[in-house]
Amino acid sequence: MKMQGGRVSGKNRGRFIMEKRTGNWQDLYRKEREEEPKLPEGPILFYNDLVIDHFTNPRNVGEISDSDGYALVGDPSCGDQMKLWIKVKKKKISEIKFRSFGCPGAIATSSMVTQLALGKTIDEAKRLTDDDVISALGGIPENKKHCSLMGINALLAAIADYEEKRGRANPREEEL
Amino acid sequence: MIYLDHNATTPLHPAVFRAMEPYMREQFGNASSSYRLGRSAKSALEASRKSIAGCLGAQPDEIVFTGGGTESDNIAIRGVAHALRSKGNHVITSHIEHHAVLNTCQDLEREGFRVTYLPVDSGGQINPDDVRSHIGAETILITVMLANNETGVIQPLSEVGKIAREEQIIFHTDAVQAVGKIPVDVNELSVDLLSLSGHKFYGPKGVGALYVRRNTPINPPFTGGHHERNIRPGTENVPGIVGLAEALLLATGSLPEVAQKLTGLRQRFEATVLRKINGVQINGRSAPRVHNTSNMSFQSIEGESILLHLDLKGIYASSGSACSTDSPEPSHVLVAMGVPAGTAQGTIRFSLGKDNTDDQIDYVMEALMEITARLREISSVRDK
Repeated sequence: MKMQGGRVSGKNRGRFIMEKRTGNWQDLYRKEREEEPKLPEGPILFYNDLVIDHFTNPRNVGEISDSDGYALVGDPSCGDQMKLWIKVKKKKISEIKFRSFGCPGAIATSSMVTQLALGKTIDEAKRLTDDDVISALGGIPENKKHCSLMGINALLAAIADYEEKRGRANPREEEL
Repeated sequence: MIYLDHNATTPLHPAVFRAMEPYMREQFGNASSSYRLGRSAKSALEASRKSIAGCLGAQPDEIVFTGGGTESDNIAIRGVAHALRSKGNHVITSHIEHHAVLNTCQDLEREGFRVTYLPVDSGGQINPDDVRSHIGAETILITVMLANNETGVIQPLSEVGKIAREEQIIFHTDAVQAVGKIPVDVNELSVDLLSLSGHKFYGPKGVGALYVRRNTPINPPFTGGHHERNIRPGTENVPGIVGLAEALLLATGSLPEVAQKLTGLRQRFEATVLRKINGVQINGRSAPRVHNTSNMSFQSIEGESILLHLDLKGIYASSGSACSTDSPEPSHVLVAMGVPAGTAQGTIRFSLGKDNTDDQIDYVMEALMEITARLREISSVRDK
């Protein structure tokens, strides 16, 4: 039995019409109130288990002392900051490490970005988006979506740093 | 579960629930009805008014029951500003008020009032001399909180009260975080209006009171029946009011022992945190504070992350700021105290209650050591 009602247009505009219900529907409302809190439908407001897992056990935490690319994005005074190191072998990201300052959303998305980027070619990694990060995590709360952008920005900046360094070391490599 | 968020709300005291129960059952009458059922509700209402007045050093007819702290603040600030509009348009408040006061003052600004927001020092206190220097011919209202909700810092209100009295300016205080925690006397503070809320001292939610000194000009924001001297019309929430009165009696009765217990608990908590965890500062520690509140900033880690780890360990506290879509704004209170934004981001407010124990504080200490070490290992901000 459905409990949803809905707003209607036309003559009954603005009136809230309940769908036809049978049985003791009042008890269903009571039951819902007394149930364990659950994830509401619509915009996600809470962290799911996978996000919590990446928050409590973030992957690829650390630094790479002889990295091929490095980026620093964000600012602690604005709430979050990320440092990202990559090592590239045969045009693939062979190693990736990060450190982040930020809320659970920032830490979990940082971790997921490194997991997604590891083993990818530079070209593949460049095509990763914040949506990829969010869907890999199974969704994050609506007001935390901006967090995933920090991870992607750090990745792109580290790749840019790598390409710039490589360009300087082998100025003609691009042409080869 | 370890609950350390008593400044957010408190559990209902069982004795308060017992006092309320008859008024939710057989004594359900409307206090405005003239038959016996109504009269007994009315009598409970007036007895509650009298006992609350007694706890605050007020007269019973100076107590107006409201729907809570926010409503009391709104009635007081809007009510006085609108009543005295012809006399002047200047209001004095502080930078560290609760949003119930700050946003109400900002609303007044949109109506054409001029509002002065007083600064605070690094300890979180306003300077009464600043109040005096900002008073002008147009000043009609001063509203300054008694204890800050984030830091627990107590404001020097008696001195502000004296100034307000000398200058004959109406003086309101949001005492929501102070009532039940420290002795509050409206005459000692020289306030004309004082807001309080039941659920901050083990009373029910959705009920509060506004003390209104006799002859205080007030233009009630709500219209309705003749309840509560027309200041707050609407059928009185008798069970809630009875609960509010009982909760205040219990809190004032046990105040010295609870204060002593929590002072000791907090002292040990703060001393241990400072000894065992590097890069921690306790905000407002140099100023007088209500005995239950401890506002801690942890260097190089973020508050919401600390909170989630605490939550996963069954510990409930609150953070001064919330990272949200546009700009995660650090607490306006800490910013006003000069705490750097980066430091303010790593802030947790612990607010203890009468039932917290030494063992709980030990568990929280262990948890905090583990959590801070873990988050700092991940953090991009390295310790200095």
